[in-house]
Amino acid sequence: MAILKPILYILVYPGLIFLMVYSTFCEWFDRKLYARMQNRIGPLHTGRSGILQPVADIIKLFAKEDIVPEKADKHMFSALPVFALAIVCTAALYLPVWHYTDAPSFISFPGDLIVVAYLLTLPTLIFFLAGWHSTNYFSAIGGVRVLTMLFGYEIPLLLALLSPAVLAGSWRLLEITRFYQEQPLLLLANLIGFFIAVIALQAKLERVPFDIPHAETEIVGGQFTEYSGKKLAFFRLLGDIEMVVGAGLISAVFLGGFPGGLLPGLAWFILKTLFIVFLLAAMRAATSRIRIDQMISFSWRWLAPLGVLQLFIVIIIKGNLS
Amino acid sequence: MEYKVALGPQHPALHEAVSLRMTLDGEIIRDADLKLGYSHRGIEKLAEERSFIQNIYLTERICGICSHSHTTCFTQGVEQLMELVPARRGLYIRTLIAELERVHSHLLWLGVAGQEAGFESFFMYTWRDREVVLDILEWISGNRVHYAMNTFGGVRRDIDELQKKKILDNLGLLRQRTDYYLNLAASEPTFIGRLAGVGKLSKEQAIALCAVGPTLRASGVPMDVRKDDPYAVYDEIPFEVCTADSCDVLGRAVVRVKELIQSYNMIEFILQNLPEGPFKVKAPRKVKPNEVYSRYEAPRGENVHYIKSNGSDKPERLKVRAPTLANYPATIAMLKSGFIADIPLIFAAIDPCICCAERLVQLDNPRSGESQVLSFSQLRSMANAHYKKIDLTKKEAAWPF
Repeated sequence: MAILKPILYILVYPGLIFLMVYSTFCEWFDRKLYARMQNRIGPLHTGRSGILQPVADIIKLFAKEDIVPEKADKHMFSALPVFALAIVCTAALYLPVWHYTDAPSFISFPGDLIVVAYLLTLPTLIFFLAGWHSTNYFSAIGGVRVLTMLFGYEIPLLLALLSPAVLAGSWRLLEITRFYQEQPLLLLANLIGFFIAVIALQAKLERVPFDIPHAETEIVGGQFTEYSGKKLAFFRLLGDIEMVVGAGLISAVFLGGFPGGLLPGLAWFILKTLFIVFLLAAMRAATSRIRIDQMISFSWRWLAPLGVLQLFIVIIIKGNLS
Repeated sequence: MEYKVALGPQHPALHEAVSLRMTLDGEIIRDADLKLGYSHRGIEKLAEERSFIQNIYLTERICGICSHSHTTCFTQGVEQLMELVPARRGLYIRTLIAELERVHSHLLWLGVAGQEAGFESFFMYTWRDREVVLDILEWISGNRVHYAMNTFGGVRRDIDELQKKKILDNLGLLRQRTDYYLNLAASEPTFIGRLAGVGKLSKEQAIALCAVGPTLRASGVPMDVRKDDPYAVYDEIPFEVCTADSCDVLGRAVVRVKELIQSYNMIEFILQNLPEGPFKVKAPRKVKPNEVYSRYEAPRGENVHYIKSNGSDKPERLKVRAPTLANYPATIAMLKSGFIADIPLIFAAIDPCICCAERLVQLDNPRSGESQVLSFSQLRSMANAHYKKIDLTKKEAAWPF
């Protein structure tokens, strides 16, 4: 039994199978919301209300011809999508689900918040390498934009994620969620941080208004220009899974985690992540893409100072509490 | 490090084939150039083979958006050659269609601007509302894009009271939506951030580079053929020439939205003051030898047709100068000061219609005065020789242009 649980953890929930299924559902949910906000219908034909459309898209991509540019480094070019997918799936294992607060899983340790944040940064680096190794001008510009954007949103995101951890007095996701489940009112103290984290997550996922690295009207597909077939399918799946993991991380840190054991916990997980996905879709529908210089100045003029302010608020509250 | 990138001929931002050659330094554009000639259709040559009445429908197919502009420009030129006075009711209906077309073209442009800026919701909304004006055009003419309304001496279809009422009802909806867009364009910070200060074209530059239409008017030059050289019934209809002083893409958007409102007023005025009487008069088939230069303010700017007749029922020469061609020099000037992210917006801001502006140029040897005609097989062997010279294994081969 002791061995079975880690295996189930890695393969079923919250591991591979759950991630694959739930991330495609999230993509459908996001697409449907986005379409409704734009007066469209959205996916409709594959499955009930088009719910299988993301799966169909991925299957279609797997069936397509897979082209590697002649000048590209073939091993690097092919390995990058798999690596990125593996890293994001690993990050998902740290999410505090499934009887987490009573019996922590084998993977939890003090400081795992930082590890998740780090693992979620790696795909960005992989996007840059993917762009760079494609030997295409559009890919190279996209790759450089990926890195430039990283300097903009990463520090505000980290500041925002650390504030609740400072208030809870631990950098372990397990203890953060337990702290806020015991004192849910204190969640209100992190309201600014929550919005910073949602905006930074949008930038990390490279969606409008931050879809600058693969702005199609400027640089075609950005870092993915040369990718096709299976490899592109991996990157697409990666984007969906990253959205689930990012939303899960934000709901664990800012929304009080997923209490109540396996099934209520699962329900909480779905409810809270879908709420974050809703916020992301609304942001995507209501804005236009901004320029890379505007993005950087926005992050450093607004997000980073607000992140510091959030940290101050938390420190003052913590001083009053103790 | 400077490097060269070609946007196009196939690129998601471009809806037609054209190549924008950019010299970039990081994200900044250092130099820009345009390469045309990917979609030449030979319409001017074709016009010489067809009779005047057939040419009305040929010129309609020069452009898919401003189809009425080209046929009106051609028709009123030929009417001058024929010394024919068109029916007044026909002229009113012609102007009505022209303004409805301007509404549909400007709404389409707003959507395209939204799409190029990555604001898809705006694109979806404006294109949904554009359906209203397309429906109006369909009620009047039976068609959504190529209305085929013009004929020498007037128009081909009359409009009745029921159609009038329907148009006026729908105009209210369009007005309401346009006010909403004006509001949105003035309050959505990410959208303004993308448009404001992009693609600067000063008043002096705009005049020197012969820009036309909203591009020129957004640089503060109140120049409009409808006011300066009125054709059809524009001298009887009250309207204002809309300008903006910001000289950027935002100004061009504002000019277009203001023109939408002016167009609604004009459509209302035309419908309320539609004169009674016949909507067309009989026109002769043959035209006396003469030449004419016809001007028309298309939604994109001044459209010019030069027509030369030789006494037969076919034109000797038809020369079309579409507004996009006049705006190309200004576009290159605007592109030279921007970021990569601004390229699609600046290029879209002139509302380019690339097919309309493609022309064949035949260069004579200036010394000997000889002109050379190449056959298809000669061109083919030249192309093969060109590509054989390129060594694809070398690094520089990534830039074969």
